[in-house]
Amino acid sequence: MKQFIQGIAANSRYQATHLLQILRQIQFRYHYIPQTAIEQLSTLLNIPRTQIVSVAEFYSFLHLEPRGQYELLISDSITDHMLGKENLIGYLAKKLDVDIGEVRADGVVSLDNTSCTGMCDQGPAGLVNGYALTRLDHSAIDKIAELVNQQKPLNEWPAELFQVNDNIYKSGLLLDQQIEQGAALRSAFKRGIGETLMEIDKSGLRGRGGAGFKTAMKWRFCSEEQQNERYVVCNADEGEPGTFKDRVLLNTYADQVFEGMTVCAAIIGAKQGFVYLRGEYLHLQDKLQNILDQRRQKGLLGNNILNTGLDFDIEIHLGAGAYICGEESALIESLEGKPGIPRNRPPYPVTHGYLGKPTVVNNVETFLAAAAIAVNGGDWFASIGTEKSKGTKILSISGDCARPGIYEYPFGVTVRTILNDCGATDVQGVQVGGPSGTFISNQEFDRKLAFEDLATGGSFIVFNSTRNILDVAQNFTHFFAHESCGFCTPCRVGTSLLKKQMDKIVEGHGASGDIVALEELCRLVKNYSHCGLGQTAANPIITTMERYLDLYEKQLKDISFEPGFDLDGSLEIARSLANRDDVGAHLAQTVATGSIPAATVPPGERT
Amino acid sequence: MSKTIIIDGKIIPFEDGQTIMDAAMAAGIYIPHLCHQPEFTPHGSCKLCTVNVNGRNCSACTFPAMEGQEVLSETKELINDRRRITQMLFVEGNHLCPGCEKSGNCQLQAVGYHLNMLDSHFPHFYPDRKVDASHPDVMIDQSRCILCTLCVRASQQEDGKSVFAVSGRGINKCLIFNAQSGLLKDTDLDAADRAAHICPTGAIIIKRTGYRVPIGQRVYDDKEIDQVSLETEAEHLEHGE
Repeated sequence: MKQFIQGIAANSRYQATHLLQILRQIQFRYHYIPQTAIEQLSTLLNIPRTQIVSVAEFYSFLHLEPRGQYELLISDSITDHMLGKENLIGYLAKKLDVDIGEVRADGVVSLDNTSCTGMCDQGPAGLVNGYALTRLDHSAIDKIAELVNQQKPLNEWPAELFQVNDNIYKSGLLLDQQIEQGAALRSAFKRGIGETLMEIDKSGLRGRGGAGFKTAMKWRFCSEEQQNERYVVCNADEGEPGTFKDRVLLNTYADQVFEGMTVCAAIIGAKQGFVYLRGEYLHLQDKLQNILDQRRQKGLLGNNILNTGLDFDIEIHLGAGAYICGEESALIESLEGKPGIPRNRPPYPVTHGYLGKPTVVNNVETFLAAAAIAVNGGDWFASIGTEKSKGTKILSISGDCARPGIYEYPFGVTVRTILNDCGATDVQGVQVGGPSGTFISNQEFDRKLAFEDLATGGSFIVFNSTRNILDVAQNFTHFFAHESCGFCTPCRVGTSLLKKQMDKIVEGHGASGDIVALEELCRLVKNYSHCGLGQTAANPIITTMERYLDLYEKQLKDISFEPGFDLDGSLEIARSLANRDDVGAHLAQTVATGSIPAATVPPGERT
Repeated sequence: MSKTIIIDGKIIPFEDGQTIMDAAMAAGIYIPHLCHQPEFTPHGSCKLCTVNVNGRNCSACTFPAMEGQEVLSETKELINDRRRITQMLFVEGNHLCPGCEKSGNCQLQAVGYHLNMLDSHFPHFYPDRKVDASHPDVMIDQSRCILCTLCVRASQQEDGKSVFAVSGRGINKCLIFNAQSGLLKDTDLDAADRAAHICPTGAIIIKRTGYRVPIGQRVYDDKEIDQVSLETEAEHLEHGE
């Protein structure tokens, strides 16, 4: 092990910024981060061991205690649930004889849940040692259990288990035609770098991650900083449940994305770029690496790109299971090898980003669009869309529809049009923009996707009338509590309180005051949290409560107070110790207003 | 003409580089806070110092003072919400004031009094957290830790060590100690270190000093935290510059 760690540390030039990348490799090789590895790395990278422990304990895919040689994770996204995930993971646990969250006694396999893996169009999905598993069903699980029990190496597993499809059903401006390799750079240099920035400005392109900051303005601010080093970062950490379009863009349009990054580098004067690829997309790593190599060979990356004097290269960094790293300053922290905790702002990344230097962080789709604009010009892009939302938006559509997959639409498209195209019928509502977005009811299908109406990063989850809206809101609320980085009080404590309060109501322990308590909590978490995660964590509850208050109220008990737990169930241990199971040893859980609680009635008087 | 901001209707001067908290303190205005101490890099995590700046909520301890800012701090809404955030800190850990040596010297408790906190409002988490009593002179009870990171910063920035760090994620965050064993006794923490004395709650306690100052004669027994804070921290701020 010592040699292995020495080797990967050397490959990383002993840079602490590579800590997360190094730990990923150790986890992959040994299925945990051993104490000896921590000590060795602390010396090699010259950082306190606490920094290594805190990184290992922050990311879901890293562990200080051994996991199985086969680390199996099943995606816990709402779409996976809708496809029968709960039943499947139970079946898998039984087949493998391992409890969920545990390692089997022989150390061969471990099983657990994980947040949305970005395969919502081909779920139920999972991961084995980081590699995506798709379209899981009972027969696939039989196969997996057999392979695990035979201890077959992953490269001997049948390829169909790992088959990831693009599922592009509707292409538009961007997906219709990929630009030719090098075309955007040639156009940019021919037109002039400053002029190309003006074209991007003219295009009206706004950030595709969801926040919608004007791309040209971000690039200009960054280029105007008085610093000699700048960085370009592509945010491919798409962790928003229900989003998977970046997976497709990087699978099929990666060249154009890299080209967009290189155009950005030329404009702002950056020498180094990073793609922060979410750990769940490990299956794309080698492919992307090959494309980068090809680009270097063709003079499109590296030194003196296209003989213009531009030096720029791109490195791929992988995440390790942390939704928060999609937040740009948390992403930068993670790139620096630290836990992904959002920074205080100001200063913003355009002035103080990676290693404190001016940094542009943009979504995969933004770079893809920028490259196309560099070739086709700003008017080409701006001629489509709405006044405030130019161009097209690439959507990831999943849930209850005939054709889940990728759809590209001009901004301003109505929800109704999209539902028709993807074959959704009997629709109860749609989660637009993922859990952090908005839940809309079937009374709102004439609303438009655009920054001025329904802003979205691209997630679009359809729910038909058989779905229970409260289950949806509960699943999303659990997601946020799991993904909160824990930095600030309102989000760290508040998201866990939201989870408790939501569970209390959904499980039927809520009383009349509990809706008010839930509303207050939502407001606190939204208004006081440090970053976008906390500020949007209550959205699933807020947006469903606005529309379906009656559903929440129906869950409440008709009393003024109700304990937040199962009273009678909590007495089970006492009963078994006392060896009693008579009527007197049981408590009634709920009592209507005005009547006497069972517990206060003397035992003799009970019937 | 010096630059000014307005806090709750009062015109307050500030200098470039000052945060809203710095400017407020220098002007004798107290904004509740727990994770902030003017000597150390602001952290902005407890969110008690949230103020409304031109309609937007910001942490006063990290947000730069800028010309044209109209800051609201002592509004009914902000006071109520700060009380709720304090209550969150109380239910998250195990804060049993009557049995805690820090009672009367505890900033969490004092802020609770200042904000007129009369109950815990939220359901308690009752977390199972560790006590480390291995060090000969210092004891740490994580039940009382509010993750303010003042000990982390004091150890790095003043003691020139890295004894502490915060690890984990979300509600499972906790303090860790820089030793192979993970125990406090194997770190280079000294009882004289600033980090051993900076805890705003009773999470870090110096051994064999318990109750030397009797209840009734403690820092917050006679004075409220706003007065203490302005006397001690603002004074430091002036000397520091």
